[in-house]
Amino acid sequence: MEKIIMGKAFVLGNNIDTDQIIPAEHLVYSLTDEEESKKYGHFALSSVPINESGLPNGGIPFIEGDNYTSEFNIIIGGSNFGCGSSREHAPFALMKAGVKAVIAESYARIFYRNSVDGGFVVPYEAGKINDRIKTGDELEINLENNTLKNLTTGEQFNLKPLGDVLPIIENGGLFEYARKTGMISF
Amino acid sequence: MGMTITEKILAKASGRDKVTPGENIWLNVDVLMTHDVCGPPTIGIWKKEFGEKAKIWDKEKLVIFPDHYIFTANKHANRNVDILRDFAKEYQVDNYYDVGTERYKGVCHIALAEEGYNLPGTVLFGTDSHTCTSGAFGMFATGVGNTDAAFILGTGKIWEKVPESMKFTFHGKLPEYLTAKDLILQILGDITTDGATYRAMEFDGEAVFDLSMNERMTLTNMAIEAGGMNGIIAADAVTEAYVKERSAKPFEIFNSDKEAKYFSKYEYNVNDLEPLVAKPHSPDNRDKVRNVQGTKLTKCYIGSCTGGKLTDFQLAAPILFLGQEVKVPTFVVPASTEIAKQLEIETYKGISLKQIFENAGCFIAQSSCAACLGGPDDTVGRSIDHDVVISTTNRNFPGRMGSKKSSVYLASPLTVAASAVTGVITDPRDML
Repeated sequence: MEKIIMGKAFVLGNNIDTDQIIPAEHLVYSLTDEEESKKYGHFALSSVPINESGLPNGGIPFIEGDNYTSEFNIIIGGSNFGCGSSREHAPFALMKAGVKAVIAESYARIFYRNSVDGGFVVPYEAGKINDRIKTGDELEINLENNTLKNLTTGEQFNLKPLGDVLPIIENGGLFEYARKTGMISF
Repeated sequence: MGMTITEKILAKASGRDKVTPGENIWLNVDVLMTHDVCGPPTIGIWKKEFGEKAKIWDKEKLVIFPDHYIFTANKHANRNVDILRDFAKEYQVDNYYDVGTERYKGVCHIALAEEGYNLPGTVLFGTDSHTCTSGAFGMFATGVGNTDAAFILGTGKIWEKVPESMKFTFHGKLPEYLTAKDLILQILGDITTDGATYRAMEFDGEAVFDLSMNERMTLTNMAIEAGGMNGIIAADAVTEAYVKERSAKPFEIFNSDKEAKYFSKYEYNVNDLEPLVAKPHSPDNRDKVRNVQGTKLTKCYIGSCTGGKLTDFQLAAPILFLGQEVKVPTFVVPASTEIAKQLEIETYKGISLKQIFENAGCFIAQSSCAACLGGPDDTVGRSIDHDVVISTTNRNFPGRMGSKKSSVYLASPLTVAASAVTGVITDPRDML
């Protein structure tokens, strides 16, 4: 696992549900076919209302034009990030778009589990910080000391340690973790 | 210290005498359910991770219902059903309910109940957030993603954090203008969409135990809309009667101890409550129907695991019978093929429910999840452009029913039926 994650911030509000992250109509594509699965990146966050997309001002599409990946690879969310359906396609879509980490005030349970167990994105919790970071700010996450530094403003934030799920994240997902700990033997 | 019903079931499934909220435990899973949207990627992960040794831990315990994108020309969606069919054939999965056959059932959560997979005291995981519906049977049921499901598919085990429990008690006799949908919308407005995150929602009280199993499922179904890990109602004689009609398997009934500890308790007298809606764009955006009555509609929708059960149609039919004709396009989507058959058999004033809906000008669609979650472009009832929809479904997030520009109001089948015959949002008390 990388110890430092650097990237541009994409800031969102509260209750970003899985229909906004990846609309249900796109769930038909293969997640294993390398070429076809790129579509998940293309449609990531495509149902976020445009005035709420890329705060504080909104109006910034997460994916530009025909691109499959985003120039933003750290999502800053509010409370209840990933609420709604159980679709693992949601954190998968963010990963395909190039997102490395999400930092939100809180998460819905299934999205959080999927992010961790599938090894897609690192789901950090922090206090309410989505009003203190602007879309496009350059960020640096330090996974060793659980801090977030806004390189654009110089401001630093503490992140909630990942706790029980850290070993799963460090191993890249549930299966690798289960192998390492001897739970499964294949 | 006492335990809640959820804690007792999780203790049993983890082989312990006792569990405490907050601890991570490994559970033995009784049933794993999947469908056409999440089944194929689950199978893909299972094959990749377990390799040539991939083996289903217990075929009897795996249940597959194609239900989401069924009646569509979308080739990718149809490919997903093909993947399920091939998988069921290759691994001889008996509990597969194929599209285009007599076995096809429709929406998984309702089919689980009808086919006897819901057994009190057991643990069910499904690759769908509304798996919590099954908690109406006094069992632990919750949704997971593809990776977790693939892990269960190969091992029969999964980790879970023991949830704290919240208790919601409804006192009194439910008046005729209220339904389980109004009760859960009341709760959602009170605790919001993350009010129960990582917690169990336990429903209790005279008004709850007076409900049929169908209506109880409406309550537990929407536990996820508050972020709940599971919704649960203790099994009683009503549950036992339903289960014994459909399954010969043994089950165990658990009840919460009097001294069990709850994170919070909410008490309601149902006579103080009114018909409710959730306004766009969130299930917790609660308001009284009275406050939004007159809102012009372009579409009405009665369907889904939440609001497409027999009882939902039994509630809607008398209003459509009296109101005669709907003023806006109205879609009737029975959740399961069994319910579709019941619409032809069940009558009101001597006329079948199906005939009542047809006479009123409703469009009756084939059983599936249909437009509840938008789906492919050719999905029946899908919202388009600036549609204003009132629906018995469970979510009204931006774009949920199709068009990102549309607005969706969630309401009871009574309120939706009353609104269908007027073309504007209407309080069912004006019709009853």
